[in-house]
Amino acid sequence: MQITVTVNGAEHVREVEARLLLIHFLRDDLGLTGSHWGCDTSNCGACVVWLDETPVKSCTVLAAMADGHRVRTVEGLATNAASEEGSGEARGGGWGAGGGELDPVQQGFTECHGLQCGFCTPGMMMTARWLLDRNPDPSPEEIREALSGILCRCTGYENIVRSVLWASKHEAAGRASE
Amino acid sequence: MTADGEAYGPVKRKEDGRFIRGQGTFTDDIQLPGMLHGAVLRSPLAHARIVSVDTLAAEAHPRVRAVITGQTLHERKVAWMPTLSQDVQAVLATDKVRFQGQEIAFVIAEDRYSARDALELIAVEYEPLPPVVDATRALDAGAPVIRDDLTGKQDNHIFDWEAGDAAATDAVFASADVVVAQDMLYPRSHPAPLETCGMVAEFNQVAGQLTVWTTSQAPHAHRTLYALILGLPEHKIRVVSPDIGGGFGNKVPIYPGYLCTIIGSMITGKPVKWVEDRSENLMSTTFARDYHMHGEMAATRDGRILALRARVLADHGAFNGSAQPSKFPAGFFHIFTGSYDLRAAHCQVTGVYTNKAPGGVAYSCSFRITEAVYLVERMTDILAAELGMDPAELRMKNLLRPEQFPYTCPTGWQYDSGDYPRALQVAMDIAGYPELRREQAEKRERGEYMGIGISFFTEGVGAGPRKHMDILGLGMADGASLRVHPTGKAVLSVSCQTQGQGHETTFAQIVAQELGLTPDDVEVVHGDTDRTPFGLGTYGSRSTPVSGAAAAVVARKVRERAKIVASAMLEVSPGDLEWSGGRWQVRGDPEKARSIAEIALAAHGALELPDGVEGHLNAETVYNPPSLTHPFGAYICVTDVDPGTGQVRIRRFIAVDDCGVRINPMIVEGQVHGGLADGVGMALMQVIAFDSGGNCLGGSFMDYLLPTAVECPSWELGATVTPSPHHPIGAKGVGESATVGSPPAIVNSVLDALRPFGVRHADMPLTPANVWSAIQGRPHRSDLLTS
Repeated sequence: MQITVTVNGAEHVREVEARLLLIHFLRDDLGLTGSHWGCDTSNCGACVVWLDETPVKSCTVLAAMADGHRVRTVEGLATNAASEEGSGEARGGGWGAGGGELDPVQQGFTECHGLQCGFCTPGMMMTARWLLDRNPDPSPEEIREALSGILCRCTGYENIVRSVLWASKHEAAGRASE
Repeated sequence: MTADGEAYGPVKRKEDGRFIRGQGTFTDDIQLPGMLHGAVLRSPLAHARIVSVDTLAAEAHPRVRAVITGQTLHERKVAWMPTLSQDVQAVLATDKVRFQGQEIAFVIAEDRYSARDALELIAVEYEPLPPVVDATRALDAGAPVIRDDLTGKQDNHIFDWEAGDAAATDAVFASADVVVAQDMLYPRSHPAPLETCGMVAEFNQVAGQLTVWTTSQAPHAHRTLYALILGLPEHKIRVVSPDIGGGFGNKVPIYPGYLCTIIGSMITGKPVKWVEDRSENLMSTTFARDYHMHGEMAATRDGRILALRARVLADHGAFNGSAQPSKFPAGFFHIFTGSYDLRAAHCQVTGVYTNKAPGGVAYSCSFRITEAVYLVERMTDILAAELGMDPAELRMKNLLRPEQFPYTCPTGWQYDSGDYPRALQVAMDIAGYPELRREQAEKRERGEYMGIGISFFTEGVGAGPRKHMDILGLGMADGASLRVHPTGKAVLSVSCQTQGQGHETTFAQIVAQELGLTPDDVEVVHGDTDRTPFGLGTYGSRSTPVSGAAAAVVARKVRERAKIVASAMLEVSPGDLEWSGGRWQVRGDPEKARSIAEIALAAHGALELPDGVEGHLNAETVYNPPSLTHPFGAYICVTDVDPGTGQVRIRRFIAVDDCGVRINPMIVEGQVHGGLADGVGMALMQVIAFDSGGNCLGGSFMDYLLPTAVECPSWELGATVTPSPHHPIGAKGVGESATVGSPPAIVNSVLDALRPFGVRHADMPLTPANVWSAIQGRPHRSDLLTS
């Protein structure tokens, strides 16, 4: 069947099998390998992407269900990350500073050592971004609750909570200075 | 450039940039032109004779390129492969299946989904056999013999092993005031890294060159194994470990799927990818623990611990695939006297086969120190209860004193350094221990059940030395090479393999520290056998103790070569130079100095070098560790238990770790955090159990429960620093410390909460159901489903 999906702002028209999972469509058909496949049973959350404005576990969503919808993945988290003009040199960042302007959640994860192996990180960050969009000043307990559908085997979660708090405070400071 | 001492510290990780952008390269991210996809057919039965395997319908599938069976491999003499413990394991079953999930056939198709479809077209006829599920019945007369493939094998016995002095221990026990004894199970667990195991194999039939990208914690060891098994010349094999999504020991061995993927590429002439799914990972790859232990502790009435005895039945599954140094079939379990000053100790371990997945050591256990620490720390709490002593007081009274180091324990391990009472005191201070005990007493009056649990652990990490420690005859010493380019930028190549531990940052810091560079000046290369020196890889917390030492040693070699070049540049004798502020300077004259970058340029330039000095600025080393390093720590866990539901909530967890010199404290703390969460999982949630038919009951994340952010408390960390005297920079390993140390603290805490109910012991995992059963006085085996 033919589907049309807008992924990180770019429209893709593809012929797919009806049974194709969204995670495999993103990874294998579109080459967006930032989202990961970890469990098949919606438990680990390594595959979390946004379907329109809602985080979903893309291992249990069919690509066909994304037909006519927008998908946002970790590759679309940084501003201008996917655009041709986004190279570091064009922005005066020097060679090797490409990849767009990081979202505060991405900055928080690197500031607070919120990742180790990096496998769960995309799902964590996409969910954290969703949380902060709805609750800009979450408590540690609210962050833990929001991230409880995503497993991390490396960090013991402490620094992930700190990373999201960092992003929250950073964004609050940004709003205050506007 | 930095002055001495400035390269260490909480430097942000170099690795993060690619991962936060979704630009890591994990094995399943790799796509090659023309790549095919493999899938494994697995046994639904735990024990059965294979009558026939019919692949005709699968081969007729329009998108299937090849089907490999045990027969295919038998013809190529690769139906069996060596394990890491002098046993063999079936690559694809030819005679029998011996555990549920065992590999029977391998389908190669044009896409992932078709490969899976074709598995359902393979018809296997089985003749079911009775399985051996309960390890305690494996040696019964008349038990089904699992390994009838081994010539003359009449039972399920693998090994008997002992350490310590049995007679001396018996003598101490015979005259002791107090003896306590307890049976306890450290149940079967699984490391469950979020990235499952997988491989992309590409065999170039013209060049005879095999390249594999694979989830390997030990790329060099894997290359050697593939050479031995497949008969390929080792220099024609390149093993690349790209980014690894967690390992924890799961990615140390080689698995049947890897060999099938390689052979699939050889047969089809195309690259082949195979990535297992979660159930395959949990049901067939290497598990951990599964130690049925009986402990006995002897003491004086006033609380002096005298001796420890242990008998262990070790369930190794259907093939002995345990990954540890070959002289130690029970790993380092005999460090079980822990952190206490005992007169005598003796342990005896018997390994048996069962119809369960093979493996045995994997999962951040430091070669069975996890089980050892659990035993001694549980026994210490049981003794404290028997004596009516506070468990902190009993520990403080028996901990080794700083002046006893280096200390040789009754089973022969020499501990390098430690200040144990201080670490325990720091933990008690952070916890506010006396206040917690007062709160507990008040709550008990009100019928509320709060527990305070302590554990103190001594680790032993950083295997070798090579003369004592090898895997499959490969000595545990690791290489490093360092090249400094003309502009003073350096490339360090190491044999260990990061799975999230941050080697690209930490090892750059080590080199920067030794050479007066910044960490950004140093690129760390790892995970590619064509680009790195030989070494045994990363497990058993050995990266910093071994490869970290190698990095420091090779940097010092470069620094010494630089000294000679600097002497030529400054026209003085090398003896007139001193290393100061990250530069070679003329003694007492800071104006006359040369940095590594200046020296590197000269070493690559036209400067006339002294006789016998080659140009450029490179060095290599192989680091053979003189001994293990012995990190240690004191952990305190505070729990609240609901007696109505059996629900345990961890309210606080205090962890004081001493891992010697901390190169990057931020990364060290991250390692500790992760291990603590593992402890929560093992103590309260995770178990790979089986029913009487040998069906695995932990085959998905619906059943094998891992801790989330909600089950984990906000960790409270503390640190003491006791440098290792034999490590070049005084560091010790830390990756597994918290996984080793935390489960007994949690279990001790829960059982402390349950004391008013008269519960003396209950086995992990302390799920609500198991806690509730213990309160009712009906404890049951947590590893078996009994109806």
